[in-house]
Amino acid sequence: MDYDYTEYRKPEYYRNRELSWISFDERVLSEARDKNIPLFERLKFLSITASNLDEFYMIRVASLKDMVHTQYNKPDIAGMTPKEQLKAISASTHDLVAQQYRTYNRSLIPALKHINLHVVSSHEDLTKEQAAYVDEYFEENVYPVLTPMAMDSSRPFPLIRNKTLNIGALISKKEDKKTKEGKKGEGSGHLEFATVQVPAVLPRFVQLPAGEDGAHSLILLEEIIERNIGKLFLSYDVVCAHPYRIMRNADLTIDEDEAADLLIEIQKQLKKRQWGEVIRLEVEDKIDKRLLKILKTEFNIKDDDLFFIPGPLDLTFLMKMYGLEGYEAYKTPKYVPAPVPALQNDDDIFTNIRRGDILLHHPYMSFDPVVDFVRQAARDPEVLAIKQTLYRVSGNSPIIAALAQAAENGKQVSVLVELKARFDEENNIVWAKMLEKAGCHVIYGLLGLKVHSKITLVVRREEEGIRRYVHLGTGNYNDSTAKQYTDCGILTCDAKIGEDATAVFNMLSGYSEPSTWNKLVVAPIWMRNRFLHMIRMEEEHARNGQEARIVAKINSLCDQEIIAALYSASAAGVKIDLIVRGICCLITGIPGISENITVRSIVGNFLEHARIFYFYSNGNEEVYMGSADWMPRNLDKRVEIVFPVEDPQIKKEVMNILKVQLEDNMKAHVLQPDGLYVKPDRRGKTPVCAQEYFCQEAQEKAKEKKAALDKRVFIPAEPVEN
Amino acid sequence: MQVSTFAAIDIGSYDVTLEIFEISKKAGIKSIDTIRHRLELGTDTYTHGKLGPKMEEELCTVLKDFVRIMKGYRVESYRAIATSSLREAENSLFILGKIRQATGLTVEILSNSEQRFLSYKAIASIESRFNKMIEKGTAVIDVDGGSIQISLFDKDALVTTQNIRMGNLRIRERLLPLKNNTANYERLAEELIRNEILSFKRMYLKDRKIENIMLIGDFITDTVFRDTEDKASRTISRSDFDAWYQNIVEHSTMELAVTMDVPVEYASLLRPSAIIYHRLIEEMGAAMIWTPGIHLARGLAYEYAEQKKLLKVKHDFENDIIMAAKNIGKRYAVNRAHIQNMEMTAMAVFDAMKRVYGLGERERLLLRIAVMLHDVGKYISMNFIAESSYNIIMSNEIIGLSHAERETIALIARYNTREMPPFEELSQETSIDTGRYLLVAELTAIVRYANSLDRSHMQKVQSIRAVLREQELRLYLEVNRDFTLEQGLIGEKADFFYEVFSVRPVLKIKRQI
Repeated sequence: MDYDYTEYRKPEYYRNRELSWISFDERVLSEARDKNIPLFERLKFLSITASNLDEFYMIRVASLKDMVHTQYNKPDIAGMTPKEQLKAISASTHDLVAQQYRTYNRSLIPALKHINLHVVSSHEDLTKEQAAYVDEYFEENVYPVLTPMAMDSSRPFPLIRNKTLNIGALISKKEDKKTKEGKKGEGSGHLEFATVQVPAVLPRFVQLPAGEDGAHSLILLEEIIERNIGKLFLSYDVVCAHPYRIMRNADLTIDEDEAADLLIEIQKQLKKRQWGEVIRLEVEDKIDKRLLKILKTEFNIKDDDLFFIPGPLDLTFLMKMYGLEGYEAYKTPKYVPAPVPALQNDDDIFTNIRRGDILLHHPYMSFDPVVDFVRQAARDPEVLAIKQTLYRVSGNSPIIAALAQAAENGKQVSVLVELKARFDEENNIVWAKMLEKAGCHVIYGLLGLKVHSKITLVVRREEEGIRRYVHLGTGNYNDSTAKQYTDCGILTCDAKIGEDATAVFNMLSGYSEPSTWNKLVVAPIWMRNRFLHMIRMEEEHARNGQEARIVAKINSLCDQEIIAALYSASAAGVKIDLIVRGICCLITGIPGISENITVRSIVGNFLEHARIFYFYSNGNEEVYMGSADWMPRNLDKRVEIVFPVEDPQIKKEVMNILKVQLEDNMKAHVLQPDGLYVKPDRRGKTPVCAQEYFCQEAQEKAKEKKAALDKRVFIPAEPVEN
Repeated sequence: MQVSTFAAIDIGSYDVTLEIFEISKKAGIKSIDTIRHRLELGTDTYTHGKLGPKMEEELCTVLKDFVRIMKGYRVESYRAIATSSLREAENSLFILGKIRQATGLTVEILSNSEQRFLSYKAIASIESRFNKMIEKGTAVIDVDGGSIQISLFDKDALVTTQNIRMGNLRIRERLLPLKNNTANYERLAEELIRNEILSFKRMYLKDRKIENIMLIGDFITDTVFRDTEDKASRTISRSDFDAWYQNIVEHSTMELAVTMDVPVEYASLLRPSAIIYHRLIEEMGAAMIWTPGIHLARGLAYEYAEQKKLLKVKHDFENDIIMAAKNIGKRYAVNRAHIQNMEMTAMAVFDAMKRVYGLGERERLLLRIAVMLHDVGKYISMNFIAESSYNIIMSNEIIGLSHAERETIALIARYNTREMPPFEELSQETSIDTGRYLLVAELTAIVRYANSLDRSHMQKVQSIRAVLREQELRLYLEVNRDFTLEQGLIGEKADFFYEVFSVRPVLKIKRQI
């Protein structure tokens, strides 16, 4: 059968990806509004919506702006031109921001007050003692690091850095008595603009001494500065002072043909990032009109990109507030990952892998085995080589330390460090240099492709010849995000996967790809067609009247061809259930097209991150996991790996993960035909929270295993009687 | 279990490959890693006659990285070889020097026959299937960037092997100026190779029925048939092949790159390869095509395993060399009875001398071939036998012999009837060194002597027993006729023999009644 999806490519069958992303942020925001969630967790969720939105502006809005500037008018898959998209985004994000501050002002602040934690929103509200404390804090800590800048004819408008919080002020020269008497009227009324950055080196809020009633209070740093702003402009009167914040175009586009050395190029771009065009201006809602006019002119901002904020700017400080001690009662108890049952013994990890493939499900299960895998390999005298892709690495990563140690122990260590990981470039450069110093072979990414695959290969010399141990995962080798992201991985010594893993690293080192792959599905060359093929096979089965089903758990779905293929399969009768955390351009419930498709998004305490694909395949159920989403960038612009899950027991466990997620009725939001996400109706049903379920399951399994081990008791022999 | 790790480096026309092998008695030869770097050395060599500095630099960089990888696997031994792209480059010796200096690797440039012999060894290493196939008429076609090697087998033995200098890269480069005329590309390419293939057919194929075709070669061959062939048996039927060919020629290079998921550079080689295969398969009319998917590097591993006695070798490669020599002799109408008789006497003399003079099995084989081909020149001219024999041997490839070995044989044939010049003179004309000069002299002495024992070409010697006693080589002969002619003329040959070995052959003749 020939697959021509033209009829499924109509714009009305697709949702714009940016608007779909905003819905995702709304879902996160709904967690902040959920009264069933501990108060401090809600602060955290609100903070996440704010940092998400910042990133969205810097990358997505910025690139749309670039398109408009370059007169690029091609509509997206949903038929919207860049201009139309920007317009719609502005409307939606204004709503989102309004909702954020409604949540902050009407729910969270009162709730905090209720537990005796006050956020002083205006310095005028301080008590006398508090005011004295704040002023002293200003003198000692803040004043020395402030750099006030004024603008006049001889001094141009200063550079305001991206994402920093600033206080803008209008000032006028104080008239000394002499001039006042002499030239009346002159001097007064002539306003100058001045600005001062709220220093990022200082904490954003300051805890005030506890009041007599035991109440705790916080005040934001910008309030402290505002209160003392007169001290910065001694010979001036401060007419008004208001905080503002800008966002610049920070899309890191590198002209790789010209960049002889990627590393240098990225360092250059990082410097440039501070200078990008201003694409968003946030100001306090009570801002003085004259001050606003200056900011708007200088930043060249249209009304669509201007946000009046009814509260503190930049809510990411709430994440810091989450860290305040003494409020554990208002936080979800910290989950301690369970040990992996297959590794609960004294054998080394390689012996355990030889017994059979091992499934890792983070953060329910500990991430330690992944670190141990590298660490033991570094020390094992029989290990010849360790190869790994690193995408986003945590500071002080134990993996980096182990790799460096391995190189020092004379092992061949090859590390692909993806420098293009968004916003982490600076971090990555530091690690890459350190590894190189230790003697590792460091590959700095590939021209034109981002390496997103997560794979580690350990080559070990054993009696029968070399054996390859491979870790394949859906998440980054980052031990700190592994505590918050849900990811899956397997440890295996399957020879075919080992061969493929070797070929992957040869390819990443710049050598030719193999003519075929045994088991791995690798993007950007082979993956798209493979997925399309698998979707089509289900479609064919459905057409033949056989059972056909697809379940996919991904982070984003916005590839037109894949969506068209899913529509076509659904129209043929394939039952398709999608678990898509973030962007989803697919529309459900289109008559005759997507009535067989359901989409749900799970937003919970952990960030859903694993990618799992299931195909019924006429009874020979196929399960895959990997690093790729169904996005054009994953399929065409990145090196991604999707791997089959073949061990029958693990396959069962992974299928159960999908099953439980589909049953979730606590944290799931189901996509409606109109594009809205609603929580499923729970009436008469047992509440299921997938993330909680997996926590319990992991703990129980570990306990069972431990109990089984404890039962093994040595029984002393009875003395032989004569 | 003893496992050896061996690395093979193959510097080819369009890629440089490192393959790492584990060799053990139990598991045989196992490839554990293949690292291939695309580098079209052939483009420089085939168009400019030498390698440019850019290619040279890239080659050294890649090889340096290979050394790093080899260290990682802790390989015990390696062999690095280069084929036509370096063989035909004027500056090849400089390049070898630079490689050694930059990487520490010693690279050998293989002659075509050595190269083909290795490919041949690679397929023969998967014995059962190969041995079964060559029971019937089989052509082994080995295409690389520079040339095509065609070897014919029938009834278990090698019939002939010929090299046609029309590799896929060479054809592509040659047709490059005409590339705008893409509509006729296949026709042009077919025309280019047709004549050569027809000559081959006329000379060697004749009426021989070819049932199977075995395609060896490299990555391109594997890619070409990746999607068509039956995965388990790696075979393609004729009809599938024809359909596949149509598909290839109907698509542009870009389209092929996209549909077959291969880089454009490789895709551009697919069409010339396909055309070569198609032309040959058409001419031979084979029904079944087999691509064993095994390359030169494996042949290197096989040879290493052979030398280190890590494997038992079942196929008799020496016999292939002998068969090839025999077929050359046949083509130039040598006197078989004379040769057989000489073989008997020469081998007896050699076996008596070998221990004392440190001669081995390989030298024995060379002597045997020298005997077989010593007077092929008669075919051209009765008056210039020496020179004609030399030229015939130098221009006929014998698969399995190195260039130096073949030259040794050609020199023996030449000095069989001509006086051997001193080393200083000969070394100016050839690549000979003192060791090889001595070997030529030693084997020439034996050939001359054996030749004289059948001076009349009547095979009077019926049996021979040779015994070395201090300064004397006693030859106990049984003759069936009057031996006066031979005895009278042999003195001169015995002098040369004495000059070389300081041993005088003494005849002890017994006349059969």
